[in-house]
Amino acid sequence: MKFERYGLGIAKGLTVTIRHLLRRPVTTQYPEQRLNPSRRTRGNELIWDEAKCTGCGTCAKACHIGAIHISTSTDLVNNKYEVKSYEVDTGYCIFCGLCVEACPFEALFMSYDYERAQYRRGDLFQSKENMAETPERKVSGYFYPGRAAKLPKQSLLVDNDRGKR
Amino acid sequence: MAMQWLPPDWPGNFWAHWAVFTVIIVAFILVMFLAFTWFERRALAIMQARLGPNRAGPFGLLQPVADGLKVLLKEDIVPAKGDKLVHWLAPVVAFVPAMLIFAVIPFQGGALLADLNIGILYIVAISSVTTVGIFMAGWASNNKYSTLGAMRQIASVVSYEIPVVLSVVGVVLLAGSLSLQQIVAAQDIPFILLQPLGFLLFFIGALAEINRTPFDLTEADSELVAGFNIEYSGIKWGLFFLAEYAEALAISAIVTTVFLGGWRGPLLPDWLWFLVKVGIIFFVIVWIRTTIPRVRIDQLMALAWKFLFPLALLNLLITAVEILVWPEVSLWVFVPVNIAIAIVLIVLWSKFFKLGWGKVEV
Amino acid sequence: MATTAKTKEVVINTEPFVVNFGPAHPSTHGVFRMRITLDGEVVVDMEPVFGYLHRGIEKLAEERTYTQVIPLTDRLDYLASMSNNLAYCLAVEKLAGIAVPERVEYIRVIMAELQRIASHLIAVGSFVQDCGAFMTPYVYMLRERERILDLFEMVSGQRLTYNYMRVGGVSQDVPDEFIPALAKFLKEMPGWINEYDRLLKDNEILLARAKGVGILPRDLAIDIAASGPVLRGSGVKWDIRKADPYSIYDRFEFDIPTGTVGDCYDRYRVRVEEMRQSLRILKQAMKGLPRGEVRSEVPHLIRPPAGEAYGHIEAPKGDLGFYLVSDGSIAPYRFHVRAPTLINLTVLADMMRGWKIADAIVIFGSIDICMGEVDR
Repeated sequence: MKFERYGLGIAKGLTVTIRHLLRRPVTTQYPEQRLNPSRRTRGNELIWDEAKCTGCGTCAKACHIGAIHISTSTDLVNNKYEVKSYEVDTGYCIFCGLCVEACPFEALFMSYDYERAQYRRGDLFQSKENMAETPERKVSGYFYPGRAAKLPKQSLLVDNDRGKR
Repeated sequence: MAMQWLPPDWPGNFWAHWAVFTVIIVAFILVMFLAFTWFERRALAIMQARLGPNRAGPFGLLQPVADGLKVLLKEDIVPAKGDKLVHWLAPVVAFVPAMLIFAVIPFQGGALLADLNIGILYIVAISSVTTVGIFMAGWASNNKYSTLGAMRQIASVVSYEIPVVLSVVGVVLLAGSLSLQQIVAAQDIPFILLQPLGFLLFFIGALAEINRTPFDLTEADSELVAGFNIEYSGIKWGLFFLAEYAEALAISAIVTTVFLGGWRGPLLPDWLWFLVKVGIIFFVIVWIRTTIPRVRIDQLMALAWKFLFPLALLNLLITAVEILVWPEVSLWVFVPVNIAIAIVLIVLWSKFFKLGWGKVEV
Repeated sequence: MATTAKTKEVVINTEPFVVNFGPAHPSTHGVFRMRITLDGEVVVDMEPVFGYLHRGIEKLAEERTYTQVIPLTDRLDYLASMSNNLAYCLAVEKLAGIAVPERVEYIRVIMAELQRIASHLIAVGSFVQDCGAFMTPYVYMLRERERILDLFEMVSGQRLTYNYMRVGGVSQDVPDEFIPALAKFLKEMPGWINEYDRLLKDNEILLARAKGVGILPRDLAIDIAASGPVLRGSGVKWDIRKADPYSIYDRFEFDIPTGTVGDCYDRYRVRVEEMRQSLRILKQAMKGLPRGEVRSEVPHLIRPPAGEAYGHIEAPKGDLGFYLVSDGSIAPYRFHVRAPTLINLTVLADMMRGWKIADAIVIFGSIDICMGEVDR
């Protein structure tokens, strides 16, 4: 190597690094500070609206690995399908959101929450009881802009640029 | 409040002096090692726009303690086909010389374990023994990566001994003695101003000797997966880690003593000045580690033999000429002269410096 | 075997030995195994072994409908998902004869160029990391990539496997806060790229490690069908966006950076300059974004007429192509991926011969492979 710049290239690099001593770091201290995920985030669970679901099974057909299991029976009195069990294997699911897009009755949503880790593999199986929308289990605005507008704004790095003091 | 040094005719006699200073040196090395690991991780992190360890204790100050506990509790794995005795001895041989260097470094006016009148020579001799330890480690691990790393280590240390020693000889000429205490006493002007070229050469050579970036190819993470360290775990690995930082501390201390004026300075107590200067040099070492990529082994040796070695000889020649021909001139005159000569030499030599052949015909 | 020095026969008997840079190694990007024959420190021969990440994507695609294949294509080159989605959707649209609205074309270009910048940031960062710069340039580039991933998360909901493009359009329209955020990003990014140049471009040690190392001659590059920055670094001005324009790339003004020699340094410079050109395209696309709908009228289960189609784009890593054969049913009959990194890595042995082990890692880092594509 010819020292084309007589060591000046290295000196320029050193100034870049030392300037970072004066900048605030860009990392945040989780779990004390949590950043807001996107309004359309595809969280780690599915949320199901029992009232609107008709048991058509479009979501199960749209799922590309068959993680949704629906079991229905006919209810001749009210002339509709009664959904006996609706189960999602979140261990198998890849959270692609195709099922949410496929539902014609707006009965299926992705959740807003990402801290859904369980201790046992069996706990990852979601069934009718723990798929309803509650204040703790929020719905994400994926594919539904009306719902997205009600969620908090996403924290963007370009906004609060922690690169400068 | 200031630490009193013990004169040789202190009623406690030689052995008490030796015992007190041994305890001081061991404590100093261990405490500074903890402080240095913490400081390096925090400084490196902040320069990389992130936070360093800040969970274990306030500001992460207990992180080195946590690391030490973890290392002590790990299982000690010895490779089945390796040479067991050599494998066991290697960390010891690598670590002890780093401690021995501190016997001659003055912490304060006259406060040192042994005021040898061959101070610098002793340091140079002892610091080469660590290489033997590293080669033992590479050999006994029965692993091709370790052997490669150990071979690189030997090549690099042998190449860099010469420029390091020659650049120190310039300082010795100015101070008139090999003893470190006399060198500090002779620094009315810090020798970094009188020997800028010598300082640069010594610093680069010392970085290569202790295997810090940009010369850390013996333990290159991305190529050799930790080089000679691969087959070590538990406290043996901990000793290698300790040896690396103890050597970095030793180099900082040597540079402080020989070039920056040791413990001399206004206002603050002397031992505090020593610590501050050591800290500054260590910060520069960490800063360089953050920024610069690694060189290759043949580029490393080309740098030593073709760039540093001739410059060291020229530096020695010019210093000798200055001392012989103008002995009565005040030393302040030589400061700008030497700095100018250093810049001219570096620029000139860079124009003529060519690295060796890269691609080999197979 | 005696080694010859430059001028005379040196009778030192050395034996080459084989070192296994196994699948789990800090610097092979992904699970890639190399069996390198070394003579001292010099690489004599190299044999790549891959297939550790084979997941059978091409077979799986034969049992899924055309829309269900899109999440599969995300996971091919997982660092550049938008490009994979785009190439696949182009192939299906060619097969089925579907036209897309104007707004969709602009959105697709914006996403593809943002993805190019993100992918090149990782490529350059890991290249410099392999040269030994201890993570610092890499961390700075990851910080910039975070800004891009925030934009992608705003649009599609995820940060790595977006599943955003659909046959005949995109999944949803971009939200209102996307364009202001993109404008802010475009204002800052040139400054950051200049900072990287200040840190790295003239760094003597990087020049020593990368200049003249691992030269890929121009003719060899063309012969082995290399593409992407590997080809352009060797001096061949070939970019599918200009040579065989797809989507609306013929409406934008941009240059194609090329190298001269074909060494690692040239490939690194080509990638940095491509980032700057992508910023140019992004500015033009953002200004010209029209209103409109984002999906054309496409049935839920697409049944293209029987036939075959090949759709290829300039992905960040090279010429990514999808070959589809349809027999009139709802799933493809045959789905094949032309992975650029697999074809680029066939020439690795030639590039490495004669260099030292440290250079082998640097050369490997400069051709930027992603094992998801190589193994599928």
